[in-house]
Amino acid sequence: MSKKTYLQALNEALRQEMERDGKVFIIGEDVGQFGGCFGVTQGLYDTFGKERVMDTPITESAIVGTAAGAAASGLRPVAELMFVDFIGVAFDQLFNQAAKMRFMFGGKAKVPMTLRMPQGAGIGAAAQHSQSLEAWFMHIPGLKVVIPSTPYDAKGLLISAIRDDNPVVFLEHKLLYGMEGEVPDESYTIELGKADVKREGTDVTIVATSLMVHTALAAAEKLAAEGISAEVVDPRCLQPLDKETILASVKKTHALVIAHEAVGFAGPGAEIAAMVAEEGLEHLDAPIRRVAAPFCPVPFSPPLEQAYIPSADDIVAAVKAIR
Amino acid sequence: MSPDKKTLVKMYETMSRIRLFETKLQEFFAAGRIPGFVHLYIGEEAVATGACAGLTNADKITSTHRGHGHLIAKGGDLKLMMAEIFGRKDGYCKGKGGSMHIADFDLGILGANGIVGGGGPLALGSALASKYEKTDAVTICFFGDGASNQGTTQESLNMASAWKLPLVFVNENNGYGISCPQCKSMAVTDIADRAAAYDMPGVVVDGNDVLAVHEAVTEAVKRARRGEGPSLVECKTYRWRGHFEGDACTYRCDEELKEWMAKDPIPRLEEKLLEGGVLKKKDVEAIRARIEQEVKEAVAFAEGSPLPTPAELLEDVYA
Repeated sequence: MSKKTYLQALNEALRQEMERDGKVFIIGEDVGQFGGCFGVTQGLYDTFGKERVMDTPITESAIVGTAAGAAASGLRPVAELMFVDFIGVAFDQLFNQAAKMRFMFGGKAKVPMTLRMPQGAGIGAAAQHSQSLEAWFMHIPGLKVVIPSTPYDAKGLLISAIRDDNPVVFLEHKLLYGMEGEVPDESYTIELGKADVKREGTDVTIVATSLMVHTALAAAEKLAAEGISAEVVDPRCLQPLDKETILASVKKTHALVIAHEAVGFAGPGAEIAAMVAEEGLEHLDAPIRRVAAPFCPVPFSPPLEQAYIPSADDIVAAVKAIR
Repeated sequence: MSPDKKTLVKMYETMSRIRLFETKLQEFFAAGRIPGFVHLYIGEEAVATGACAGLTNADKITSTHRGHGHLIAKGGDLKLMMAEIFGRKDGYCKGKGGSMHIADFDLGILGANGIVGGGGPLALGSALASKYEKTDAVTICFFGDGASNQGTTQESLNMASAWKLPLVFVNENNGYGISCPQCKSMAVTDIADRAAAYDMPGVVVDGNDVLAVHEAVTEAVKRARRGEGPSLVECKTYRWRGHFEGDACTYRCDEELKEWMAKDPIPRLEEKLLEGGVLKKKDVEAIRARIEQEVKEAVAFAEGSPLPTPAELLEDVYA
């Protein structure tokens, strides 16, 4: 165990899986000697060579489709898109091809590919390089959707994603790459579809994902000072979604706030709220509240961008409205 | 080099198998016995047949929405195909895929595809896997004239060439993207010209001449196996039927259809085989009778197979 950044944890997961399994390879734009746009694949090219760390042309359909075709042919690719926003260019290869191959071929295909994509606002990258698009992927049967919030989770979940026999969309947050945390040096897995309670509490459940987990933890601190005990639940995977952990928490706290950076309308929180309303309404003694980005593209100018990203105060206000 | 006698007869049989299988589908569709819709390959049999005749089961293909011919040419089982098209439980995909989504990984059939241009990137992956695993398997990507305009196809041609992947792009140019004639959708006359942009060989062949297709694709496959990269083979052909069964074909004239029907690839090979003494008239009749029987058995198999039950709906979404 030692302190590592989220980025180092991801890099270590890739390295250890490539050492373990010769069928694992990396494919994407500038992932080779350049080390990836944000540096996640740094050093892997030097160790594993161009045969296993492949720089592609800037053609996202070819990247995602190559990963899908290679996965269906027995390899275990880890593809990287530089920004999640670029998935629009390649979406057919993900949602019509990779995600559906197994089902439409009657169970004959296995598509063990991982598609890593950074998302999120906060670095002034504006409307086409800052989105949080997890709801798109949650909506597609056949895909798994992983969205880690800590260095520890990032490593264990990426290793699990690579070993999974399904196409896994792995969503990293740009602002988390530099975050440090304790991460075991050895390889380990975290089961996909298991939530983690990041802070225990008794008065309200805050279900938060990715960067918002940390915003929610900051909000929980503030609430504690005011005598409100918040429990912070990080689903870690949105598909499959760990309903049990969320419902168990709501059963204990009787109130639910959901926080995510994706826009609120038809966002991931809508599904979580609907699930709790359908399966756990009797546990609630207050309306469900969502804290999310407003319904507009991600803006450029810093004050606008800060106004766009949900804050700890937004979460505190949402909690206080029902508690 | 002309193919040996065994290959010639096999190609004749394959084209006949595709024709008779699909003629039966045409009849069943008209009678309302097939759910959904079908895109028939009748008239284009020489392309799939010539392209696949020299492949082994280790070689791969990606197919299209008009895929029955490719599947049969790659060795697809008529019974399993017919049952799938009927939506039956014993079909290739347990009734989950239908006409446009048939695959047989053991035969190297990586799937038909409902998306025009969808197969190119998948073929890249398949060819990359062969290179990565250092096998000598080659992947053939079948795509139409319509798909040749898709970005996915252009991306695939580019990356296959840049990476020297063992891939052969076989273009089936039947002159129409649904109703839109080639002259309205592209400025080039020959799709093979686009190969030059990616520094790969591009050839045009008579897609109704199975021997010409076979020769050109065999050359391209050899090149790919040698590690010299991809090629583009454009096969000029024509679909006798509409884009889908039920298409009134108001966008083309009867004269055009008649001209192409006169270039029917099956009698063209048959005449050559009879003239060359490879087959006798009675052999031809025997082949036809045998394949008619195969199709009959496929129909009986499909009809005898149960429909899937709703309990199976959620199976195979995830591995």
